[in-house]
Amino acid sequence: MYAYDELDRTLINERVSEFRDQVKRRLSGELTEDEFKILRLQNGVYLQLHAYMFRVAIPYGTLSSKQLRRLAHIARRYDRGYGHFTTRQNIQFNWIKLAELPDALAELAEVGIHAMQTSGNNMRNVTSDQWAGVAPGEVEDPRIWSEILRQHTTLHPEFSFLPRKFKIAITASEHDRAAIKIHDIGLRLHKNADGETGFEVLVGGGLGRTPFIAKTIKPFVHGRDILSYVEAILRVYNQYGRRDNIYKARIKILVHELGIEKFAREVDEEWRQMGHSALTLDHSAIEEVRSRFSYPPYEKLPHMPDELKEAAHDPLFERWRKNSVAPHKVQGYSIVTLSLKPVGGPPGDASADQMDALADLADRYSFGEIRVGHEQNLALPHVAKRDLPQLWKALDRLGLATPNVNLVTDIIACPGLDYCSLANARSIPIAQELTRRFANHDTADMIGRLHINISGCINACGHHHVGHIGILGVEKNGEEFYQITIGGRADENAQMGVLIGPAVPYAEVADVIEDIVEAYLALRDRPEELFVDTVKRLGVEPFKERVYATR
Amino acid sequence: MTSPLEQKKIRIAGPSVVTANRTWDGVVVYRTAQQGWSTVLSDAAIVSTSDDARALLAESVADDVGAVGAYIAPVELNGGVIKPGNLREHIRSKGVTIDLLPA
Ligand code: HEM
Ligand code: SF4
Repeated sequence: MYAYDELDRTLINERVSEFRDQVKRRLSGELTEDEFKILRLQNGVYLQLHAYMFRVAIPYGTLSSKQLRRLAHIARRYDRGYGHFTTRQNIQFNWIKLAELPDALAELAEVGIHAMQTSGNNMRNVTSDQWAGVAPGEVEDPRIWSEILRQHTTLHPEFSFLPRKFKIAITASEHDRAAIKIHDIGLRLHKNADGETGFEVLVGGGLGRTPFIAKTIKPFVHGRDILSYVEAILRVYNQYGRRDNIYKARIKILVHELGIEKFAREVDEEWRQMGHSALTLDHSAIEEVRSRFSYPPYEKLPHMPDELKEAAHDPLFERWRKNSVAPHKVQGYSIVTLSLKPVGGPPGDASADQMDALADLADRYSFGEIRVGHEQNLALPHVAKRDLPQLWKALDRLGLATPNVNLVTDIIACPGLDYCSLANARSIPIAQELTRRFANHDTADMIGRLHINISGCINACGHHHVGHIGILGVEKNGEEFYQITIGGRADENAQMGVLIGPAVPYAEVADVIEDIVEAYLALRDRPEELFVDTVKRLGVEPFKERVYATR
Repeated sequence: MTSPLEQKKIRIAGPSVVTANRTWDGVVVYRTAQQGWSTVLSDAAIVSTSDDARALLAESVADDVGAVGAYIAPVELNGGVIKPGNLREHIRSKGVTIDLLPA
């Protein structure tokens, strides 16, 4: 966990008072909506179809049980008893009342949570690997660097009025769980030949209307220079970024138009001019942040406790363990992923009761810590293996032990037309229908790793471009239609999926996905060949044929 | 969403209402003939010419303390019963189309 200092607490509290005053002036008519909009957006407040929507940051996806209980309380007291975990380590509440928002923010501030920079054209919540600090083989805890960046960019005037929103993600593992290649800046922590820690810096990734995979502009930037280097990137962006056209304002467009080489030269030139600036981090500054992250007092435990051997006789437990439990860097411990994708449920939603109960389980089994990942699932990062059978029973009672992590029913979906004012089509009911179609866990296991991503419009909040199967809602003559792509991926080999053909109507989407999956099962050369690999080997043609031959 | 600046371009194809979200709590509301807001669609003032629509919208937008994001939305009239004219408005009027939590 990270312990906030006095400065952070003061800042968050001052922000609440400021917003309370702004809301008061809005409600009295002193501020018009036009004047107020930018202020509310700086505090995570959108206007959606049914109500205001309130987005709260969960920096680098780390939550304490106390914070999770407070989120449950917010859901219950100020909303309709549930919250929605998003792909950017945020939680959204869909029914918040503007007049009550200052109180909700004040209650969140008491536990060190805020909504600053969760919307608007500024530096957004810096995201990271949800297994940060516990994944085996990690270079070091990437949250230290996320936190350094968070501190530097929070309310920084130069980053508060950017041409457009700006997103940074950091990973420190071989396997990228933070989707860094689809962020404005992606940072991959690694060590150079001299054993020094630094970053490969990628720029210009993003989805939306004009999707791009980020490209590397520098293979190694020393850790102490990361702030100045990021600042150099932002200066170039601030200088050249298009403010005249919202569709061309993201850094990905600038990188594309200038070309990666020219962009890299501009950044290097800017960086050189900055010289040894105040932004160079000295060792003690880094160590100061590092020391604020505490790790649990792990026990010395056996690799294979008796409790686990015994539970292995239960096939239901074993299925869940194989699916949802991952190795931990400390012997005798595991990382447990909690699926927020129950059969028939809206992806990423958790009820206040589930959050409360989970906070209790985190206290009992995970040193009071919970993680939030970009796949819209949660995790308990420090579970002793001997406790896994007990934990599983408790999670199962809460509906949080669906053994479908990374399988066909572990669907990422945006709120779509059920909530979102920008949507063309619904996302959630499509996801729900698909989870019912593939509800049989044996079938899902047999299909293997397969990521379905759904967005209700081209803004791509559901990351459909990089889904193994991507589903995008479009509108045709007032009806909901869906374009389907296959072969995308969001990991270290990130790439965009390829469209298989004309959009299909709402009622046919689930059938089409079933056809695609059946085609894959018939075409894969062995059970271990993943869906994306079969698509890579054979291209989209055979899938296209299967889907459209009879339609 | 239609910005007030684009009001001149407004053309409606059939019976319409003005809808918005109430400022203090965000709830979906409809502009009434009495120059107020109601949460009930059947209370809405119905306009059927583009000029009337424009006038109703102008008046609604001016009441920025009452409600925000006002725009013109289509409705269907069936024997005196008023219904939302498209899926989006149906969802705004009746709520989400999904079970909130798994069955
Ligand atoms: C319901 C309210 C929401 C609204 C109004 C909204 C709006 C938008 C818009 C306008 C963009 C495109 C911005 C741009 O390209 O400059 C965007 C991008 C994005 N949204 Fe949302 N969003 C919403 C909810 C969500 C949710 C629930 C998630 C996560 C599940 C999410 C995740 C993202 C991500 C990851 C992107 C970045 C895609 C990219 O790289 O371009 N959003 N959103
Ligand atoms: S992808 Fe479109 S429909 Fe979905 S949440 Fe984002 S803006 Fe809304």
